[in-house]
Amino acid sequence: MTDTPEKIRCDACPVMCYIAPGQTGACDRYANANGRIVRTDPVVMLHHAAEKGGRIVPFASRDWDGDPVPQASVITGIGSGTTYPDYKPAPFIVSSTVEGADMVTVVTEAIFSYCGVKVKIDTDRFLGPEGATIRAQGEAVGHVTTAEYGSQMLSIGGVHHLTGGAKSEGRATCAAMLALCNAEAVELVIEGGSTVVVQAGQAPVVDGIAERRMRVGCGSATIGMFASQWQGLVDEVVVVDDHITGVVSEHQAGRVLDWPPTGIRIKGHRSTPGRYFKVSEPGLGWGGTRLTNPLEILGDWQPKKGARPGLTLLMVSTTGEEFAYFVLDDALQPQPADLPDALRETVGLIDENCEPSLCTVLFMGGAGGSLRAGVTRNPVRLTRSVQGGMTRLTSGGADCYVWPGGGITFMVDVTALPAGAFGHVPTPALVAPLEFTLPREAYLAMGGHEAAIRSLDQVMQQGGEYPTAARVEPWPNE
Amino acid sequence: MTGAQITRLPDGRLHLHEGPIDLICQAYGTGSEAAHARAVARFDGLLRELVAELPSLRGVDQPTHGPIARVMAAAVAPFRPVFITPMAAVAGAVAEAVLAAMVGPGVERAYVNNGGDIALHLGPGQTLTCALAGALGSGGTVVLRDTDGVRGIATSGWGGRSWSLGIADAVTVLARSAAMADAAATMIANAVDLPGHAAITRRPAVDLQADSDLGQRLVTVGVGPLTPADRSRALDAGLASAQAFRARGLIDSAALFLHSDLRVLGPLFLPHPDCTEPAYA
Repeated sequence: MTDTPEKIRCDACPVMCYIAPGQTGACDRYANANGRIVRTDPVVMLHHAAEKGGRIVPFASRDWDGDPVPQASVITGIGSGTTYPDYKPAPFIVSSTVEGADMVTVVTEAIFSYCGVKVKIDTDRFLGPEGATIRAQGEAVGHVTTAEYGSQMLSIGGVHHLTGGAKSEGRATCAAMLALCNAEAVELVIEGGSTVVVQAGQAPVVDGIAERRMRVGCGSATIGMFASQWQGLVDEVVVVDDHITGVVSEHQAGRVLDWPPTGIRIKGHRSTPGRYFKVSEPGLGWGGTRLTNPLEILGDWQPKKGARPGLTLLMVSTTGEEFAYFVLDDALQPQPADLPDALRETVGLIDENCEPSLCTVLFMGGAGGSLRAGVTRNPVRLTRSVQGGMTRLTSGGADCYVWPGGGITFMVDVTALPAGAFGHVPTPALVAPLEFTLPREAYLAMGGHEAAIRSLDQVMQQGGEYPTAARVEPWPNE
Repeated sequence: MTGAQITRLPDGRLHLHEGPIDLICQAYGTGSEAAHARAVARFDGLLRELVAELPSLRGVDQPTHGPIARVMAAAVAPFRPVFITPMAAVAGAVAEAVLAAMVGPGVERAYVNNGGDIALHLGPGQTLTCALAGALGSGGTVVLRDTDGVRGIATSGWGGRSWSLGIADAVTVLARSAAMADAAATMIANAVDLPGHAAITRRPAVDLQADSDLGQRLVTVGVGPLTPADRSRALDAGLASAQAFRARGLIDSAALFLHSDLRVLGPLFLPHPDCTEPAYA
């Protein structure tokens, strides 16, 4: 025995490839993993409360050591392979009993050209204009879509970027989507905007700076939440926000507290009392504006309306990350001063009420005609059954949101799937696991492939179409 | 060891699989059933027949004995003295061997598609329409007639399962036999290249596949962004080699794809820009 791993012969077919560690054979289906021949794409079985780190269950009968599959295992499509294009039943059609009901789960890996990735980036910063092209590796892979509450939505992929443009565009799109779906970090460059590093479940990194907090609310909402806590501690509070900047003395929340006027003037479009749009331009400064000096948004203080020397002013952003405290001098000019401890607590409260900024990545795909044919001979009945709630659709064991309307178009949170669940084909297109689970009777009624149904035990003994390994993974989120 | 797998597809096609071989076969005419049965019979033991001579087939100018091995060796011989082993023609030669078995009474036309390397049989007056999916956005269809003399179509490029010395995304060749098309596509794809260019990543073939016939030769594993001038230079190099092969009667037509650019040679390729590769759904 030597310490260096050796090349080994694969005996899966007569070619008997000589495979070095880390390489695959001529077929690309079998590989040498640390001196053992393995199928390159193990079927992942999810098991409630499996020991941490999961374990490998050999799938081929020749290697089967009889170790039972944990009870309540759920077979997933991950690594199941696909029978696309549609010429035979799905790789695994498994019967099992769930709470006494005889269920069938059809397990497959689907190839999606019609797919995309929806990204939610928790930030109030301006990442780029709505509709702007998003590039990865220099290629157009998506666009900026709507700004939502405390977040910016991005749309990546879709069939036009995948297969409608140049081959390099399709490849870059496929690579970006694959990495996003497998929760890897991807650098996205927004035309006319920022460069954002997106990774599912992690804070976005905007132009090299990791985002920390979602804002607690818009500037106006922040005034509403904290006005009573500021009362008596400070004469004026301005919450700087690119969307709506709030001023406590003018705001309805101040009015109900009989907050006295201060003679403050805000440069910006007044919406309703104490609420201002467009105090600055969108940017990476205070509260998603371009401001680095918040005093830029203030006009002259009006003595006739209450301005006086000694008046105190707190300016704070909607996340509490930026704040400054000023006192008006004899010429009614704000002069920086140390923030009193009592006010520091209110700033801390804003910060504490902000949730961590995250990137959320949803995979969206459409399971079309050919894929459905692997499930049933009458594909439209599968669509109706999924739409009607009879058939439960999961992706790698994760629950999916199925869109109403035609077809089986679904979305799934990629962090709910086991690691590495997504793959790709050079078409380019993404490969995602899908499982359809429904009562056996309903499965047969819709024209299911009855002859292909096997028990979970049978599947474990015989494997899939080819010998493979099954990886038992802990149930996600457990 | 998993044996050969034979599947009849619902639409009448036949799928034959063993090890690295995946064949889709179809015959048309009253004799199609019998043709499929002959294909299955020919497939039995085919891989073992090749494996028996694998060491010779991975070398240069080694003696070959079996019928498929001899077709492979003959197909690559005209491209010497440039490096090429009979393995460059293996997919086409296998397709040809199974197709030859399918031809018989009542078979008007037939094809065997071996992962994109296709052998064709066209009886008198017959045509076959082939979709060309070599490059997204530039694909199209080719209608082949029995009088064209084309009986093989093959595609080679760096992104596929076998390794390429060049950087073409795809080179599709029409030739008088599938084995010849296969060998020529390999050679033309090797010639689409930018030696020494910084955007191209190459690794010794043995580092990727221990028993590759390409040995220590550097094969392409990554192609970065290329300028239009780079793409032109690479494609023109490939086109020159395709023209030379055509002048010697080795190929009929060729289409060369590199990123968004394309070169076409010969009478049969008339790509329609409005045709794209069908989307999976």
